[in-house]
Amino acid sequence: MTVELLFSGFGGQGILFAGKFMAYKGLIDDKNVSWLPSYGPEMRGGTASCSVIISDGNVGSPIVSAPDILIAMNLPSLDKYEGSVKKGGKIFVDSTLVERKINRDDVEAYYIPATQLASENNMPTLANMIIVGKVLSVIGSFGGESVLKALSKVISAKHADMLEINKRAMEIGAAL
Amino acid sequence: MAVVFDKPHALCDVPFHYCPGCTHGIVHRLVAEVIDELGIEGKTIGIAPVGCSVMAYDYFECDMIEAAHGRAPAVATGVKRANPNNIVFTYQGDGDLASIGTAETVHAAARNENITVIFINNAIYGMTGGQMAPTSLPGQVTQTSPYGRDPKLCGYPVRVCEMLSELEGPEYLERVTVNSVKNVKNAKKAIKKAFQNQIDGKGFSLIEVVSSCPTNWGMTPENALKWIDTNMLPYYPLGVYKDRSNKEGK
Amino acid sequence: MAEKVLMKGNEAIAEAAIMAGCRHYFGYPITPQTEVAAYMAKRMPKIGGTFLQAESEIAAINMVYGVASAGLRSMTSSSSPGISLKGEGLSYMAGADLPCLVVNVQRGGPGLGGIQPSQSDYFQATRGGGHGDYHMIVLAPASVQEMAELTVKGFELADKYRMTSMILADGTMGQMMEPVSLDFDIAPPPEKPWATTGTGMKRKHNIINSLYLKPEELERGNFERYKKYAEIEKNEARAEEYLTEDAEIIIAAFGIAARVSKNAIDAARKEGIKVGMIRPITLWPFPKEVFKKTTSTAKRYISVELSMGQMIEDVQIATEFKAPVDLCNRVGGMIPDPDMVLEAIKKAAKEVK
Repeated sequence: MTVELLFSGFGGQGILFAGKFMAYKGLIDDKNVSWLPSYGPEMRGGTASCSVIISDGNVGSPIVSAPDILIAMNLPSLDKYEGSVKKGGKIFVDSTLVERKINRDDVEAYYIPATQLASENNMPTLANMIIVGKVLSVIGSFGGESVLKALSKVISAKHADMLEINKRAMEIGAAL
Repeated sequence: MAVVFDKPHALCDVPFHYCPGCTHGIVHRLVAEVIDELGIEGKTIGIAPVGCSVMAYDYFECDMIEAAHGRAPAVATGVKRANPNNIVFTYQGDGDLASIGTAETVHAAARNENITVIFINNAIYGMTGGQMAPTSLPGQVTQTSPYGRDPKLCGYPVRVCEMLSELEGPEYLERVTVNSVKNVKNAKKAIKKAFQNQIDGKGFSLIEVVSSCPTNWGMTPENALKWIDTNMLPYYPLGVYKDRSNKEGK
Repeated sequence: MAEKVLMKGNEAIAEAAIMAGCRHYFGYPITPQTEVAAYMAKRMPKIGGTFLQAESEIAAINMVYGVASAGLRSMTSSSSPGISLKGEGLSYMAGADLPCLVVNVQRGGPGLGGIQPSQSDYFQATRGGGHGDYHMIVLAPASVQEMAELTVKGFELADKYRMTSMILADGTMGQMMEPVSLDFDIAPPPEKPWATTGTGMKRKHNIINSLYLKPEELERGNFERYKKYAEIEKNEARAEEYLTEDAEIIIAAFGIAARVSKNAIDAARKEGIKVGMIRPITLWPFPKEVFKKTTSTAKRYISVELSMGQMIEDVQIATEFKAPVDLCNRVGGMIPDPDMVLEAIKKAAKEVK
């Protein structure tokens, strides 16, 4: 089985980080994975996206042009990628920042007020991981050791104090 | 019989290809004498440029590398970084060092790269037959400035020692010439210091040697040496431009 | 086997180079390969190596020329416009028979072009890139694992044949992360008695040089070099074949284009189309024999490229013009998607019916 994910939003929202976490989790779960960022002159505030593929087989093209799962953390991202999601796919929207509903009825939508939850829980930079928690619980792969292991791979030892709060953010998402 | 004059060991026993009266021969000899006196031939690597001294690799007994035009300081950087115990010198003309290789020169100096640069300034492109150099004097007639170098059209000559002396990096910059016995002796002293600096790990030393090119200047060798005094030195004054260890310099 | 870690392609190249014994890196920042320099800047000081940000691409390749003259493994990396600047140095490296590794993480051109992935430096790489008669060994990784493996291989081949190896990657290969196992058998570099390390007053001086003013001598050097190239063409050409045994249609693609094509081939096979792929791993030497042996069964070829059609010429030559070769391409930083390649396969399938 192959799951193709597309993470998208503003630069600075932790889009690439969230994707990287997902890829590492896949690796720890013994899958083949790839992670490919959009790259450009933007640093902060521009658009950011990354393709993540998790597969039991070999990963062919690392470019996700028709995702099974779209994470849209801002309106431009939803506008741009909504149409590309596979029929029967899933779209996760940060409903704090995106006011509209999705326009399709052949995909499942999940509206998560992630930015608001992050701010309420005193973790303003972790809206991304709240959504990731929800994604994992929806596809049934939340929990287990691999979540913490993957976190420890993407969070450098220097920032080890961030491990716990990242985990908590995901739990908040998963509990929704 | 007492030997009163001999070839330095560091100089190969082959005839130079240089024109009669050219001062390259003198400077080659000075470099070789210094290598002998410092006892460094076995660990010295020379970098030849593109220009009249392109075949310098055939004239020095130490290991030699022929570099692309202007790139000798970059090549020297690589050699020195690879084997810091080697003594690395470049031998470059004015076109090589001050025109096509300006960036390599400036940045090797800025990094205070621990190398020795011998810079031959004869205000002309000799190898290609006498074209305007970055150091050709205002009004100087060359094949590509047939009406005399017009600063309005092609700018002013580059004074390398003065330019580099503005940098924090380099250790030692001196301009010498070789048009008299006294000047030759001074030149040797400077060249020796430039090598000694490297041995002592002090960094980038450049000796600019104001030289003659009788063939392309269209003069007798003797007149060419005089022309250095009358025309070159007023524009390119001799002296130490930077010497960090002595805090001297103009 | 070493534990697999997720790494960017650019970082995998840098780490593999260090493992291969490269202790001298010179570069200049340019997107999308800057991670190589950044990685080296971090690692080299800790292992007693040299990282130097050169004043230009030209200076960087000439610093490599200096280290290579001294007999040590050295490398530089850049992206397309920077590789053009290195063209001079590449030619001199060839003329002086010096080994080194050069990495080109390609972006769209010509000119300043863009910063998105491209394969449009194929001609430049496989035909030499600078002036004069010469080749470089050109390696085309299609995964992060291969970015690392071919870096090691590149150093080994460079030393073996005393010439430049080039990694011809692209922006996606440089930027993407995949699991990598950095577990290589690395043979120590060969002796280099020709290197300029100082005579020690024990031998005649060594000279590293590419100037030969006597045409007979220069000609002899060229002939000798091409004898070596013939050996390399015989021994070092490599390709991966994918479902080619029964294929009526064969895709030729390398790097990211091969990754995309694999998806399209899998989809086409589900529709019963007999299609396969030859993925050159060495672009020079081009794996001619692998292509040639398919001409008895394949009726049509498709060259999938991120260029206006450069490798297609080598495919035509390798297949001896026995079958048509279509071009399926995007350029300027655009990448063909699997659907586009699938369409090209279907079109070809109609032709071979």
